[in-house]
Amino acid sequence: MAAAKPDGVAGFLSAASIRQSMLAALVAAGLAFPILALRAEPDLDNHLVLINRWPLLAWAAAIVFVGHQLAQIPQIGRALKWLLFGVGVLMVGSLIVSALRADFPIYGRLLLAALALTTGGTALAFAAPFDDAHPFAARQRALRAIVAKVAIPLGLLALFAFPLVMLAALGPAGSLKWINNYGVQILIYVMLGWGLNIVVGLAGLLDLGYVAFYAVGAYAYALLSTTFGLSFWICLPLAGVLAAFWGVILGFPVLRLRGDYLAIVTLAFGEIIRIVLINWTDVTNGNAGLSSIPRITFFGAPFTASDNGFAAMFGLEFSPIHRTIFLFYLILCLALLTNVVTLRLRRLPIGRAWEALREDEIACRSLGINTTNTKLTAFALGAMFGGFAGSFFAVRQGFVNPDSFTFMESATILAIVVLGGMGSQVGVAFAAAAMIGGTEILRELDLLKAIFGPDFDPAQYRMLIFGFAMVAMMIWKPRGLVSTRSPSIFLKERKAVAGALVGEGHG
Amino acid sequence: MRWRTDPLLCAEHLTMRFGGLTAVSDLSFVVGRGDITALIGPNGAGKTTVFNCITGFYKPTEGRLAFARQGIADPDDVATLTLSGRRSARMRNGELYLLERMPDHEIAWRARVARTFQNIRLFSGMTVLENLIVAQHNPLMLASGMSLLGIIGVGPYRAREREAVQKATYWLDRIGLIDRADDPAGELPYGAQRRLEIVRAMCTEPTLLCLDEPAAGLNPKESSELNALLRMIRDEHGTSILLIEHDMSVVMEISDHVVVLDYGVKISDGAPDEVRNDPKVIAAYLGVDDEADVESVVAEVTR
Ligand SMILES: Nc1ncnc2c1ncn2[C@@H]1O[C@H](COP(=O)(O)OP(=O)(O)OP(=O)(O)O)[C@@H](O)[C@H]1O
Ligand SMILES: [Mg+2]
Repeated sequence: MAAAKPDGVAGFLSAASIRQSMLAALVAAGLAFPILALRAEPDLDNHLVLINRWPLLAWAAAIVFVGHQLAQIPQIGRALKWLLFGVGVLMVGSLIVSALRADFPIYGRLLLAALALTTGGTALAFAAPFDDAHPFAARQRALRAIVAKVAIPLGLLALFAFPLVMLAALGPAGSLKWINNYGVQILIYVMLGWGLNIVVGLAGLLDLGYVAFYAVGAYAYALLSTTFGLSFWICLPLAGVLAAFWGVILGFPVLRLRGDYLAIVTLAFGEIIRIVLINWTDVTNGNAGLSSIPRITFFGAPFTASDNGFAAMFGLEFSPIHRTIFLFYLILCLALLTNVVTLRLRRLPIGRAWEALREDEIACRSLGINTTNTKLTAFALGAMFGGFAGSFFAVRQGFVNPDSFTFMESATILAIVVLGGMGSQVGVAFAAAAMIGGTEILRELDLLKAIFGPDFDPAQYRMLIFGFAMVAMMIWKPRGLVSTRSPSIFLKERKAVAGALVGEGHG
Repeated sequence: MRWRTDPLLCAEHLTMRFGGLTAVSDLSFVVGRGDITALIGPNGAGKTTVFNCITGFYKPTEGRLAFARQGIADPDDVATLTLSGRRSARMRNGELYLLERMPDHEIAWRARVARTFQNIRLFSGMTVLENLIVAQHNPLMLASGMSLLGIIGVGPYRAREREAVQKATYWLDRIGLIDRADDPAGELPYGAQRRLEIVRAMCTEPTLLCLDEPAAGLNPKESSELNALLRMIRDEHGTSILLIEHDMSVVMEISDHVVVLDYGVKISDGAPDEVRNDPKVIAAYLGVDDEADVESVVAEVTR
């Protein structure tokens, strides 16, 4: 990865690299100064006094200096890459081990083995940091083909079996956390990531306000179902259409904008929608939000203990877990729909036009492609899937308010797309699992307790650890987990296109 | 003399100003159907600006660009169309377009004027084949029912896509890149990228193909292959070609008609032989402005 380093890096302890490390340390010190060096604390009389913490600042600068120097040693860079990869594998591994210890029946073990195999195989095939010159690199490419044929169907099978196996193994109470916190939560973000991937990854249009469409979908379901009593299955397409409409509304003014300007306008759009939701109290009930939104039904049969409920219909004992499991399958199908549509569109002229637009807009126009329509369809389709996810969110929570649609959400979804590798469906799915599942896992990793002592509470540090992981990713895998592009059509053989050649779009 | 008898594109009083700078000034010229027309001139003469006006990337400050895709550009028809305020019309003699009124993608798709760029603009992260399929976007889009039929897998899209691949294969065969069809376009050597950009433009089935310095940076062998390709395009596909070129040997060898620009003004127009011996052209190229100097230069060149 030497090529990825900025020019003029001259190796460990050379004059040039020391100068650069000092600069990096200086920048770090400057950034950390107001946070680390200065602190206001109330004294005994309850007056605020300013305390200086210079040693802390010095430590921060020193750590950056040493870290920057160490990064000049190629072996260390490589070792760190593997460390990063290893930590990821370890996290998944320890999760599976801790699950195994929970006295699983044999089918539970089989399911976990399938999941572990899929994850491990895909990670090794796509994310393991082999250099091109490494002897394993060729085998890694071969592995990718196998993973696509075997691991992905296997993983899908495991996903479909997941809630039922969990339920059988852990019982309704024990499995709730797995199906809801991991399953449903991750899948929502997978779907949002795939939706945004159309706009950002394929068409190359940087959208910082994607959460607006999520909000439109959520409020569309909330309002349509509470005011008109429409069922979820009618509201879902309506919410998609409404969100797509707003996607076009956003698309029109930003047609001529690129890069930073596009990013700022889309960011503002996201905020406008949220602020309208807060202030249009007659309709949206402002900050209090809308509650008592009708819950999901099993095609008409409610998930209640009543006689016409789902449990009674199938002669089961009533349990709230049934609803959670149904929601799991619902979001799984919605996410898969997003994926299938995107994969099919990539092989249609419109999808190719999106990617061509990302590569070179001027050339597109010279070939007779109407770039206005091309951009608007990208915005509209991305928004539509955001809208679907939004109505799912509303039907799952039974309650919506503007707090769920802050800029942080947009940033998380965008981070998933960038982390996954722009344009890659597999990458985005794994990035969503890592980002959302990762933060959840950190909450309960006993492993970290074993390292840092029993008093260590990983939940307190999870955002920090997460931040470190993101920074490390951006240094060693700046193109995301899956950095190659798979061509949409081929004559003799499908060869992956190296990430360095693929455009990132101009905005 | 086809540009006198059967004009394809008539540029009249074309003027393009950028603020205070007049890049093209009152330029009138004609591109003949079936001709290879060369637009030449020193650096900064305004050649690329003329291309950008023809292909709709710039809207000319003044002037008319009448394009007779089929049939004859009858001056009466052109006048009628101009007065009607419309962009195009089907006249007695065929379709007539006023390019200065049309957006760039409409010019490429309706009027069928394709172009290449002075600095190559391929989709470098897409494969060679994909580049040629993207060029056939509009017919494929129709075949896929504006994507609606294509997404559910009905309609003629699959068959049309196979035909599109066949067309791409035909062109890749012609430029000797068939073995690299599945490689990213950005990985090709420079000369191959130039050829690919030309056939990508050809995949839009143009009536007029505008090439901005296609021979720039090519070695002599590649340059003569390019000449053969351009002749083939004209003879076998009936596509008229308008090209900007600095290399005089290329210009003299393949063009039927040469238009010379200097500082945005046309200084000569005619068959290659006439233009070659035009003192004004020689002066512009050698940078002399004294009458006496011109004569001595002419004497030297025509020695
Ligand atoms: N978009 C623009 N804005 C302002 N000035 C421009 C623009 N495009 C071209 N010009 C100016 O118009 C003049 C003609 O430029 P043009 O690119 O058409 O020349 P050219 O004949 O293609 O030259 P070359 O042989 O170097 O390609 C130049 O002075 C250029 O600076
Ligand atoms: Mg030029």
